Amino acid sequence: MDEVFLAILLLVDATIRVATPLVLAAFAALYGERAGVVDIGLEGKMLAGAFFAAAVASSTGNPWLGLLAGIAASVALSLVHGFACITHNGNQVVSGMAINILVAGLAPTLAYAWFHQGGQTPLLPSSARLPQVHLPGVEVLSPIPVIGPIYREIFDDANVLIWLTVLVVIATHWVLTRTRFGLRLRAVGESPAAVDTAGISVTKLRYQAVIITGVLTGVAGAYLSTAHGAGFVRDMTAGKGYLALAALIFGKWRPWPTLFACLLFAFTDAVQVRLQGVPLPVVGVIPVQFIQMLPYVLTVLLLAGFVGKAVAPKASGIPYVKER
Amino acid sequence: MARGMAGKGFGMPGEVPGWVNYALLPLLNLLAAFILSGLIILVIGENPLDVLALMVTEAVGYPEAIGYTLYYTTSYIFTGLAVAVAFHCGLFNIGGEGQAYMGGLGAGLVGLAMTGWPWPVVAVAGVLVSALFGAAWAWIPGWLQARRGSHIVITTIMFNFIAASIMTYLLVDVLIKPGQQSPETREFDPGTWLPSMDRALGWIGIEVAPSPLNLSFAWALACCALFYLFLWRTRWGYEIRTVGQNERAAVYAGISPARNIVLAMVISGALAGFVGVNEILGVQHRLLLNFTGGVGFVGIAVALMGRNHPVGIILAALLFGMLAQGGGQVSFEYPTVNRELVMVIQGLVILFAGALENLFKPQVEALFRKRGARNEGRA
Repeated sequence: MDEVFLAILLLVDATIRVATPLVLAAFAALYGERAGVVDIGLEGKMLAGAFFAAAVASSTGNPWLGLLAGIAASVALSLVHGFACITHNGNQVVSGMAINILVAGLAPTLAYAWFHQGGQTPLLPSSARLPQVHLPGVEVLSPIPVIGPIYREIFDDANVLIWLTVLVVIATHWVLTRTRFGLRLRAVGESPAAVDTAGISVTKLRYQAVIITGVLTGVAGAYLSTAHGAGFVRDMTAGKGYLALAALIFGKWRPWPTLFACLLFAFTDAVQVRLQGVPLPVVGVIPVQFIQMLPYVLTVLLLAGFVGKAVAPKASGIPYVKER
Repeated sequence: MARGMAGKGFGMPGEVPGWVNYALLPLLNLLAAFILSGLIILVIGENPLDVLALMVTEAVGYPEAIGYTLYYTTSYIFTGLAVAVAFHCGLFNIGGEGQAYMGGLGAGLVGLAMTGWPWPVVAVAGVLVSALFGAAWAWIPGWLQARRGSHIVITTIMFNFIAASIMTYLLVDVLIKPGQQSPETREFDPGTWLPSMDRALGWIGIEVAPSPLNLSFAWALACCALFYLFLWRTRWGYEIRTVGQNERAAVYAGISPARNIVLAMVISGALAGFVGVNEILGVQHRLLLNFTGGVGFVGIAVALMGRNHPVGIILAALLFGMLAQGGGQVSFEYPTVNRELVMVIQGLVILFAGALENLFKPQVEALFRKRGARNEGRA
């Protein structure tokens, strides 16, 4: 019994660790898309965040400076996206695509030129990685059944960015539903003309949204290379940006369902690692690839209206051109 | 409504004098992308002009290099045409990568199954089956867009990942050559290989340097001609373009948008699928993982730069072919440069030629208006 319980706890713990970058990236996209700026460049921005965080952490030994560098790089790319899509009414999908390809090339190119280790950064020592938060009272609570192991395995020694992500989720819900900024942000994604008529700058709001997107994807990238991992490796985002986008759609562009989608996708990933080659009752061994493609298939089914209906923000993806 | 993301007539030329739109603006955008690429090369500590010179030499400087460049160009023509036909219908097919992967599966199955047949039969079967597989993979997102209103961009992205998973499964568990570690099929029977260009030209007495360039290059050029005839000289092409320009007008004219969306996507997928003929039947002679290597995404850049016209697409594909071949070779000469530099330049070209295509437009337009006004004043 205890072993099963512990196994479940470890699975939950793994789910949380895998879900963190997904949640950060999906919530990043949530701000952009609710403001009407589609972002398929999450992948590239995360990768840039991961590379610059690891590069700076590795050369200064300070993971916090690394985090800042990761955020700065990702915000810079967000501003490029904004410049193309908001200022110049460019196509948002093409811009995101360009950023993904650019960074997929740029990160290894710079890593190769700066660190001479075949496109990755040196392995970070634990002092150059973002710390885990050690909670008090683990020894005291540990003997208590149920609560003790939960506290020990899940809450204690979680990375500082995991706690930050929890804050981001709560803050996002509050910002979107309870603040003037959040309401305006949602309005600009549904009907920019109305927002403009009310005398609020559509351009400014959308730039604010993409900057938030940049900050959060930067944190997501830094999590991958300096918290979860210990250094940047080529292509380390491995499609997580797209998966986050899928989670956002699966969550119908709303904070709590999006969080749930991220946890679901992360859970399938955590289970998938443990299920490799293990026969299941009735169906036998399920090939790993089929579990891996599950999130994408679910998203397609949802978009097609076969499981619920996803309605995107109305003005999402359409540049706002003021009528003259 | 979901297709609003692509914007009305996205990628289509606007209301500016012809040659400015087709030549000057793309060149300016390209120049901006190259200048920025040069800066990045400076950052990693090399001389951009030297790198550029070496790139051009390695891309077109000697016969073998030209063969390699045209081999890359072949795949880019296929994916460029694929993206362009969807653009003409107002659709953004970002799934060229997955469709090309599936096309490769079709070509691979033909190669495995048709041992002993003469190559012309295998080639025709390969073209048909790879088109069928690519088209099928594009048909689902097309149908979902047309009938269920799901967003084609998102669906095709998801289908890229699903295709990758399916191919990994097939190559790791099903099609793998027994007793071998790497996930690849056995090599096809040499009699079924699509002849390389040097071999084919040898038959008529022309000698060229050996390279991966094969007969699918000729098929790519033929596809360009067919593409032109289909879109501008047939009723079906006219209907597709009408739906792309104005869906409501199409409905009033009795044209079914849904039918044309599906048709455009099926053609798009078939064109992307031909990458499989070039790569699998023409060069690799076996089915392997990730042979597409981003051709579907480069196709977007090719279509954008080529303004969705076959002539433009050939030129743009040639440019990206040179970039792929020349850039790849640079990494052998310079210890600080690696292959990914090509992706940096590709990304910048897509950014400037695609997303920032309006960057210089106001200034250039103003310049021409001013000149026009001055000329009128003089007359």
